[in-house]
Parts: sequence; C-alpha cells; structure tokens
Amino acid sequence: MRLYLKYISMHLKSQMQYKISFFFTTLGQFLVAFATFLSVSFLFARFDSVGGFSYEEVLICFAVIIMAFSLGELYGRGFDRFPLLIGNGGFDRALVRPRSVIFQVLASQMEFSRLGRVAQAILIFVYVIPRSGIDWTWDKILTLVLMIVCGSLIFFGLFVIYAAFSFFTIEGLEFMNVLTDGAREHGRLPFSVYGDGVLKFLTYIVPIALIQYYPLLYLIGREESFIYALMPVISLIFLLPCYGFFRFGLRNYKSTGS
Amino acid sequence: MNSYRALFRIRFTNSLQYRAAAIAGLSTQFAWGFMYILAFSAFYADNPENFPMSWEQTIAYMWLQQAFVALFFIWFWENHIVESIESGSIAYEMVRPINLYNKWAVSIAASRLARCVLRAVPILIVALILPAPYRLVPVIDFGVFALFLISAALSLGVVIAFSMLVYISAFYTINSLGIRIVASVASDFLAGGYIPVPFFPDALRAIVELSPFGAMQNMPLLIFSGYLHGADLTRGLALQVFWLAALVLAGHVLMARSLRRVVTQGG
Repeated sequence: MRLYLKYISMHLKSQMQYKISFFFTTLGQFLVAFATFLSVSFLFARFDSVGGFSYEEVLICFAVIIMAFSLGELYGRGFDRFPLLIGNGGFDRALVRPRSVIFQVLASQMEFSRLGRVAQAILIFVYVIPRSGIDWTWDKILTLVLMIVCGSLIFFGLFVIYAAFSFFTIEGLEFMNVLTDGAREHGRLPFSVYGDGVLKFLTYIVPIALIQYYPLLYLIGREESFIYALMPVISLIFLLPCYGFFRFGLRNYKSTGS
Repeated sequence: MNSYRALFRIRFTNSLQYRAAAIAGLSTQFAWGFMYILAFSAFYADNPENFPMSWEQTIAYMWLQQAFVALFFIWFWENHIVESIESGSIAYEMVRPINLYNKWAVSIAASRLARCVLRAVPILIVALILPAPYRLVPVIDFGVFALFLISAALSLGVVIAFSMLVYISAFYTINSLGIRIVASVASDFLAGGYIPVPFFPDALRAIVELSPFGAMQNMPLLIFSGYLHGADLTRGLALQVFWLAALVLAGHVLMARSLRRVVTQGG
C-alpha cells in the first residue's frame, strides 16, 4: 500500500509538470460529460419523464455512472493502456519484478485528468441531492456510496477483461469500448428505459444494471426490500471471471520481445 | 490539380487499408444507433405529442448519422497533421511546391470518405431491413435526394474547413490535444451530434441554425429525414455555402500568416 501511494504521488507530480496541457485535458473531460448532461437537460425541457423516471431520478443515474466510470478509469487506466504495454514489450519487465503483476499494471498509469468528469458528477450531485425528494437516511446514503464504489470496480473489471484480451490479439479490441464507453454514455438513463433485452443483458452478463437501475429503485423508494440496496455488492461477483480471464491470459502469454 | 488528385488517391487507398478497425467500429455504430433509438423511443412513448420531429424522421436521422459518422463528426482528427506541426517535420512540407492548406484539406477529405465507405454501406443495409419501428424508411423523392447530396458535400467542406482552423491553432501551442477535445465536443454537440438540433430549446436552436455548426451534419441529416423542406431548406443551403466560403477564406489567411512566422527548432 505504501508503494502504491508512492506511485500515486509520482504520477501526480509528473502530470503536473505540464500544467496547461493538464488543465485543457481536464477541461475537455469536463466538457465531454457536460455535453451529455446538456443533451439530457434539453430533452427534459421538452418531456417530463422517460420510462416513468423524472429528471432528478435520471440525473442521479447519470452522476453515479459518470463518477463510477471516471474513478474506475482513474485507477484502472493501466489496464486500459495495457495493449501498448504488451506491444512494446514493457510488460516483460513487470514479469521479472518481485511484486504481483496486477499491482504493477495498476500502478503503471494514473489519469488525473479524469477528475474533470468527477467534478461534473459532483456538481450534479450538489444540484440533485436536495431536489430529489429522497429522504436521505443512512441506508440511502449507503446505497449511493455502494453504487459509486462498486460501479467503479465493475468498470475496472471491464478494463481488466479488455487487457486480458490483448494477451491474445490486438486487433478489433474496439468492441470492448462498446461495453465501457457504451455503459458510460447510455448509462445516463436508467437501463430499464432501453427495454427488456438490454436490461437482462446488463443484469446477468455484464452486471452494470446492478449498480445503476436496481439500487436506484431502492433510492427513490419504489422498492422497499433492502436487497435492492445491496445489488451493487452482489455485482462484484463479476470481478471473479475478470480476474480468472486475466490469469488465463497471463498463463498463455508469449512475449513479443522488445 | 493533378497533384491533388494523386494525393487524394493515395490517402483514400491508404485509409481503406484499416478494414479491421472499420469492422470493429461498425459494432460501435450499431450499438450506438440502437441505444439512441431505444432511448428516443422511450421518450416518445411517454410524451409523443412533445416530439419536434415525427418518429420516422427521428429514425432516419439516427441511422444516417451512424452511417456517416466518419464524414461529419469533428472528432476524427488526422494524427499525421498534428504530428507534423508538433514534431517540426512541417519544415519538409513547406519546401514542397504545393499549397499546404489545400494539401491537408484534400488528405482529410480522402481519409474521411474512405472510412465512411467502409462503414456506411453495411449500416444502411441493416437499417433498411430491420423490423418495423426501427427500420429506416426513405421518405424523400429524387429531387430532394439530390439536394441531400449537395448538402452533404457542403457539410463535409464546412467540417474540414473548421477542423483546419483547429489544426492551425496547433502552431501556437505545445500540446493541442486539449484544444482539440474542447473544439470537437462543442462543435459536435452544437451540430446535433448528441441530440438533433430540433430538440434544442428554441432560442439556442435559432442561434445554432445561423452558426457554422448548423451548417455541419445538421443540414444533410435533416434534409434526408424529410424534416427540412421549402424555404428553410433553401436558406440552410445558402448558409452552408456562406460558411464554407468564410471558413476557407479565414483558414487560408491564418495559415499563410502562421507559416510566415513559423520557427522550426533543430534539424
């Protein structure tokens, strides 16, 4: 853990060397999320509900997804960039060091410009939390925290799968972006809005709905059973196959040389 | 003129090589198309009377947008142009007896068209044979289709001329990535890349329609979907011509000025 903190401060310092470029990239990240926010707002200026959800309820969803994705990308960036590490042979260095491989990939990158999106999410939370009509008792607060924390872990798991694929191929990995970027962009609305097929897929195959739609139902009081609040924790089972797939890839890894 | 044609052919065939990337890109376009359409159909189901476009028009807009993503979205940047400015290899370009603005514009057009060819055809085919509520139903007659083609060409021109201004700004910064992100998000949003312009609030919509952003993908997509017709259509086409001329002129002037001042370090 101490080593990890050291890595964090190292990445922070190196990215702060280029302040203007860091500022613009962070601003860019903020604007990307802001454009999505605006499009939701414009739609709700015209319509008062979507799939039975109000503007405030949709905004909670949106902020949770943005926050979870950005945090996942902030610390999981090493896995997102993993194909490069394989491609240039840098991964071989990680294999000979006396620390776990996962730890080293985790610590190899850290993208602080993603804080631009986190800032967007926080602003939305500040706006929506008092207006949502939700009575913020401890269990609701816990639910929201679980949604964000477990959500970032699910996105992290997707990055790990993405990285594991690059043990086998570096072609056509873009289809993984459909899941990660797709969940980020389209997660601005509760997933039930997209119909039964999409919801089932995101419940049983890639359990992103477990950190978004189901706990949201508990938050807004549509479901009373506490099990809905604990759905994000259940979703973490997804990390097991992610880890397994990565180990499997690692066992089959043949270096490209450098 | 001959050299531009040769240049176009080289970039075009070069970009056609990336077929695996295009196929992977297709999966994104299909997923995006479906998710947008499902989302809009949910809004439609709750409040159909507040919809500014008809359902068929919305569907046509969405599918055509995904099919022509590579043509009309600002965020397809040409890395080799940025690199030549940032690495200083632009010095080689400047000794060539060819206008650099035109050269870049031609190569951007070529690679955008090549990427579009690879993606558009499969998307349009699938969109035309989907089951009923999601199918792309062409509503316009042949005359309007001709106007759509003209508008699409103008729109591509405006997109290229706008992105040239952003490339030129790279002469003045060390790292232009941030500027490129800001420029592409703002312009793609205002051009109707996130939600169609008719869904904007009325005041903003009126401004956007007069701006260069309204002359981008907004125009051809709204013409094809059958939403835009009559005087509005003519006015839009005139604005497209105006913005194309204005942006190209501004680009040439700024380019000439920055090339006069450019200092390349090292050798």
